[in-house]
Amino acid sequence: MTAVSEAVTSSALRAREATVRRFAFTDMVFRAATRASAILVLVLLGGVAISLVAGSWEALSKFGLNFLTTEAWNPVTENFGALAPIYGTVVTSAIAIIIAVPIGIGIAVFLTELCPRPLRRPIGIAVELLAGIPSIIYGIWGLFVFAPFLQTTIQPFIINIFHSVPGLNSLFAGPPYGIGLLTSSLILAIMVLPFITSITKDVFDTVPAVLKESAYGIGCTTWEVTRRVVIPYTRVGIMGGVMLGLGRALGETMAVTFVIGNAHRISASLFAPGTTISATIANEFTEADGALYTSSLVALGLILFIITFIILAIARYMLLRIDSRTGA
Amino acid sequence: MRHFIRSAAVAIAMATASTLTLSAAWAADISGAGATFPYPIYAKWADAYKKETGTGLNYQSIGSGGGIKQIKAKTVTFGASDAPLKGDELDSTGLAQFPMVMGGIVPVVNLEGIKPGELVLDGPTLADIFIGKITNWNDAAIKKLNPKIKLPDQAIAVVHRSDGSGTTFNFSYYLGDVSADWKSKVGVDKALEWPVGIGAKGNEGVANNVSQTGGAIGYVEYAYAKQNKLTYADMVNKDGKKVAPTAKAFSAAAANADWNSQPGYGVILANQAGAESWPMTSATWILVYKKPDDATATAEALKFFAWSYAKGDKMAAELDYVPMPDKVVKSVEEMWGKDIVDKDGKPLFSGM
Repeated sequence: MTAVSEAVTSSALRAREATVRRFAFTDMVFRAATRASAILVLVLLGGVAISLVAGSWEALSKFGLNFLTTEAWNPVTENFGALAPIYGTVVTSAIAIIIAVPIGIGIAVFLTELCPRPLRRPIGIAVELLAGIPSIIYGIWGLFVFAPFLQTTIQPFIINIFHSVPGLNSLFAGPPYGIGLLTSSLILAIMVLPFITSITKDVFDTVPAVLKESAYGIGCTTWEVTRRVVIPYTRVGIMGGVMLGLGRALGETMAVTFVIGNAHRISASLFAPGTTISATIANEFTEADGALYTSSLVALGLILFIITFIILAIARYMLLRIDSRTGA
Repeated sequence: MRHFIRSAAVAIAMATASTLTLSAAWAADISGAGATFPYPIYAKWADAYKKETGTGLNYQSIGSGGGIKQIKAKTVTFGASDAPLKGDELDSTGLAQFPMVMGGIVPVVNLEGIKPGELVLDGPTLADIFIGKITNWNDAAIKKLNPKIKLPDQAIAVVHRSDGSGTTFNFSYYLGDVSADWKSKVGVDKALEWPVGIGAKGNEGVANNVSQTGGAIGYVEYAYAKQNKLTYADMVNKDGKKVAPTAKAFSAAAANADWNSQPGYGVILANQAGAESWPMTSATWILVYKKPDDATATAEALKFFAWSYAKGDKMAAELDYVPMPDKVVKSVEEMWGKDIVDKDGKPLFSGM
C-alpha cells in the first residue's frame, strides 16, 4: 500500500517537475525573444549611424569642417557645402514652431479649461486628424492652392507695406514666387500643430485639480490660473511637446520639397526660395552620379540625423521629468 | 502555440512559392532603368511589343543618373540616359551606347495674354534670363526680339529642375554653347548650381510650377508643354531664323548631325546648323554591356530595340518624339552585330 502511494507521489512529482521545466523553458524563450526585439532596434539605429558615417566619409574628409560653412553646392565643379540646406532647415522649422506654439497652447487651454463639454471631443479629434493627413497631401495643397493664394494676395501686399521700412524690406523682398521659405514654414506650422496641441493638452490634464481650484478659490481669473498655475506647472512638458514638433518639422520632406523652391541659396528674404536637408536629399539622390556628390548627400543626412537625435533626446528628457513628477 | 507555428510555416511556404512563380514571370521581362524623358514612348513601345511577342518591359524611369548607376551596378539589363557617356568612360566600363529616339526641349512661360508661339527668344537672351542678368519681362533684349507684343512690367520667375536631369544637361549644353558667360559661371551638367530661380522636381514639376507662377519661365520636354497646354516660346536658331518647336524642326536638327563623329553616337544635338533646326533638340541613349553576364537577357533587349527601330516610328511621332534616321539605325545594328557578344564571342544580335 505504502509502496503504491510512494510510486504515485514520485510519478506526480516527476510530472510536476517536467511541467515546471517546460514553463521555465517557454519563459526563457519568451524573455530571449523580447530581448532580441529590443536589441534589434539598437542594432538598427547603430547600423544606420555607422552606414551614414561610412557613406559620408569621403565628403567629410575632403571638405572637413568647411562642409558646414560653405554655401556653394555645385555638382559641376564638385564643390559641396551644407550651409544653405542647414540654414533652410533651421529657419523653416524655427518659424513653424514660433507660429505653431502659441496656437497649439491656445487650443490646449481652450480644450482643457474653457471648452463646453460637448465641443471638447470634436475639436480634439479634428486637431488630431491633422496629424493623420499624409505629408504629400500638404505638399500638393501647398503648391496648388496655398502658394498661388500667397503669390497673388498676401505676398504683394506685404512687399508693398514694408518696401520702405529698412530691415523689413529685405526680410520681405520680392519677387513674389508664392513658394519659398515662408510658405514651407506655414505648411510645417500646420503639420506640427497637432503634435504640440495633443501633448500640451495631455500635460495640462496632469495639473492637480486642487491646485487650480485653490487658485480659482482665491479669486484668480482663468487667464491668471493658466498663466500663473497651469503653464508654470507644465512648462517642461510643453517644452517636450514643442521639441517633438520641432523634430517632425526638421525631418519633414515631401511637403517641404513641394513648396520651398529647392534653391541652394541663403537669402535675406523669407519669400525667396531655399532648400532644406531632407528636400535636397529627396531631390538629388537618385540622380547623383559621382562618388563625392552621393557622399555629400549622405553627409547631409548624417547632419540631419545628429540634429534630430539631439532635439528628440532633449524632448524625451523633458517629458521624462514631468512624468516622474506626476508619477510621484 | 503549436497551431501558430504550423500556420506560420504554411504562410512562409506559400510566400516562397508565390515569390518563385513571380520571379519566373519576371525573368521573361526585359529590365531597364533611367531617363524620364523617353519613358512615355518606351512604355508605349513596350505595350505594343508585349502584345506582339509576349515579352514585357520593366522600365523604371528614375532619371538618367540613376540609370547609369544601375547599369554600372548590373542590376538592370539596360540603362537609359539623356546625357551620353564619354568615349573613355564607355571603354573603361565595357558599355555599348546607342541613341534610341530624339525629342525637343522648349522654353515655357506664364505671361498673361500671350499665346503659345507668340513670344520669341534667342539663345543669349535665354542664357541671360537663367543667369539672372535679365530680371524683368520688359527688358530691352526681350523687347527687341518681340517688337509686336506688349510685354508686362513683371519680374521674371525662373523655374528649373531641382533633380539631376538629362533635360538640364541638354538645356545647359545649349546655353553654354551660345553664352561664354554661362559656360564659365554655371557650366554644363545634369545638376547645376543655379544662380537664380526656384527648383522643381521632374518635367511635371517644372510644368506645374510655371503654370502656377505668374511671370515664370522654365524648360521642359516638348511633350510636357503640349500635354499641360503651356505657353511655349519660339526660338531663333544658329542660322538666325525663327523656328517653332515641331517634330519637323527637331528632325531637321538631327538631320544635320554627324552621328559617327563621337564614340557611342554621343552627339549632342543642341544648337545645330540649318535654317529649320530647333536649337534645343536632344537624343536619348541606351547603355548595355558589350559582354553581358546574362547574354539571353541582353539579346532579348536588343530584339526589343530592333523592333522599336523598325516598327516604332509612328508611335513615336504620335507622342512628338522623333525616330532615329534609318542611316543611324543601320549603323547601330551593325555595331550590335560586331560589338555585343556572349562569353564565347558569338554576336547576340543577328538582324530581325
